[in-house]
Amino acid sequence: MSSVFSQSAAVISMNIRSLPRRLWMSLAMVLASAVVVAILLAFLAMAKGFESTMQSAGANDVAFIIRGGSAAELNSVLGRDQVNLLENAPGIAKDEQGPIVSAELYVIVDGKKRSSGTKANLPLRGLDLRGVNMRKNFALEQGRMFTPGTNEVIVGAGVLRQFSGFDLGSEIRSGRNSWKVVGVFSTGGNVFESEIWADAKVVQNLYNRGSSYQSMRAQLEPNADIQAIKDYVKNDPRLNQDVQTEADYFSEQGKSLSYIAIFGRIISTIMALGALAGALNTMYTSVSDRAKEIATLRAIGFSHMSAFIGTLAEAMVLAALGGLFGVIAAYLFFDGMNASTLGGSFTQVVFSFNLTTELITQGAILALIIGFFSGVFPAWRAAKTPVIVAFQSSH
Amino acid sequence: MNDNNIFELKQVEKSFNKGKESISIFEELNMNIKQGEFLAIMGPSGSGKTTLLNLLGGVDQPTGGEVWFDDARIDSLNEGQLAKWRANNIGFIFQFYNLMPMLNAARNVELPLLLTNLSGSERDKRVATALELVGLADRAKHMPSEMSGGQQQRVAIARAIVSDPKLLLCDEPTGDLDRKTADEILEMLQLLNREFGKTIVMVTHDPSAAKYATHTVHLDKGQFVPEEA
Repeated sequence: MSSVFSQSAAVISMNIRSLPRRLWMSLAMVLASAVVVAILLAFLAMAKGFESTMQSAGANDVAFIIRGGSAAELNSVLGRDQVNLLENAPGIAKDEQGPIVSAELYVIVDGKKRSSGTKANLPLRGLDLRGVNMRKNFALEQGRMFTPGTNEVIVGAGVLRQFSGFDLGSEIRSGRNSWKVVGVFSTGGNVFESEIWADAKVVQNLYNRGSSYQSMRAQLEPNADIQAIKDYVKNDPRLNQDVQTEADYFSEQGKSLSYIAIFGRIISTIMALGALAGALNTMYTSVSDRAKEIATLRAIGFSHMSAFIGTLAEAMVLAALGGLFGVIAAYLFFDGMNASTLGGSFTQVVFSFNLTTELITQGAILALIIGFFSGVFPAWRAAKTPVIVAFQSSH
Repeated sequence: MNDNNIFELKQVEKSFNKGKESISIFEELNMNIKQGEFLAIMGPSGSGKTTLLNLLGGVDQPTGGEVWFDDARIDSLNEGQLAKWRANNIGFIFQFYNLMPMLNAARNVELPLLLTNLSGSERDKRVATALELVGLADRAKHMPSEMSGGQQQRVAIARAIVSDPKLLLCDEPTGDLDRKTADEILEMLQLLNREFGKTIVMVTHDPSAAKYATHTVHLDKGQFVPEEA
């Protein structure tokens, strides 16, 4: 056994040390593997970043209520009377002001992307201070809170980063309405940072919404079961709402960009096949280049297995090296990169590419798969190299 | 098998298929090689001398007949068994040295010892002894590209003898060397035969090289023929 190990170790070492003879082909294989891994990770980091941005917005102890059948807040409507009824649902926490709930509006305003100058939809959320306080990671980064009853807004840090015209003190025009930016807020990087917040009553007035809202958030009592609220809605003929936890709602919304991950995997697979073809060529060349050395070792008494393992290891090392460079490139160029895209409510969601350890592992696995399949067939050929080649006359 | 014989070839046949045609190299070839012999096999190109060397080295297998080494038949061994047999019994010396260009002299010589269970320090000791025997103790760290052809062939000889095999098989060992260097190499083989009792089989087309051998046989068209006058 030790002999097999020492044989294989010696062959691997010789193969690696002979790489400079095949420098450019080897580098091409490293590069191909690196590009495939970097592109896969870029797509996955984009999907992961979007998903994280959406999912981190949702709390498990907040009930999120919209009109039955509405996929998102934008196409929902809740009358004031329904909000009043919903406030009395069981399991909703109360304080000295009564049930801790936030009825909110969600309308669209125009924004202009800093990167491209193109117009995009941004969400303007109407809520009251109770609603602001229900966002646990909320922090005012600049300026102050909007004053209820005025045309003042605070903007999310993501909006400020990605869109122009939202700096503190700016005047925003939307249709016939004009707003003044008095503050910039953060919510821990989640989807709320892609929003503009104003007083709910003012939004109702300016957008002719009367006394209606579009969604309602309700703080649940500790250990309360959301099913109780669902039953309450179901049993009251005046109510027809979908009730879920805020976490579930955003988790579902976060999946809307999962096609990016699927697309990324398809692209990467196609590219991996191309890289594999190149890598196979490199490895067959390597075996051909080393044929006399392989045959000489076999003549001395080295086993088939050592020739096989040596070639396979060479391929795995080259592909893994490429994978490593791919991960480094993805980390340097994509991790933390800001982007915005259309979310579930036809509004822009600002998010950061998120290169997690799990994704890096997936990239590394892809590199090793490329290495394995580009190595296994040439390794078989190496193992089958006739010993007689050692006696052939070419130098 | 005669106690004094290290090799016996009995009715050996060897043929190759070329397309639909079968080309015969040997038909009913018989041969004995004695323990401690330095045998030169001569013959023109295409006479079958390298094929014979390959059969003796377990690199190629006959299509008929028997090949005996000591008291064991080697023509019926499979590839893996032959590799082990070669590692235990044979040292090869090639025309073009066949050194690993990425390894220095000492690491080249060490290669056959990697097939044993010797410790690293024991391997180093044996490598040093082998290199000293071929007069290259001071070149242990040199790469093949830093050595002359003669020096490279001496490293190859050190590699062939380091695991103390019974038999050295040499394929035109001086074919790539000038006369003076060739003589040095042949003297070294002669020394290994005389002083260390190594059985040596050398394929050559050079009559001057054959003079160093204790016996010479001539092959022509797959048959042993008497030496030309």
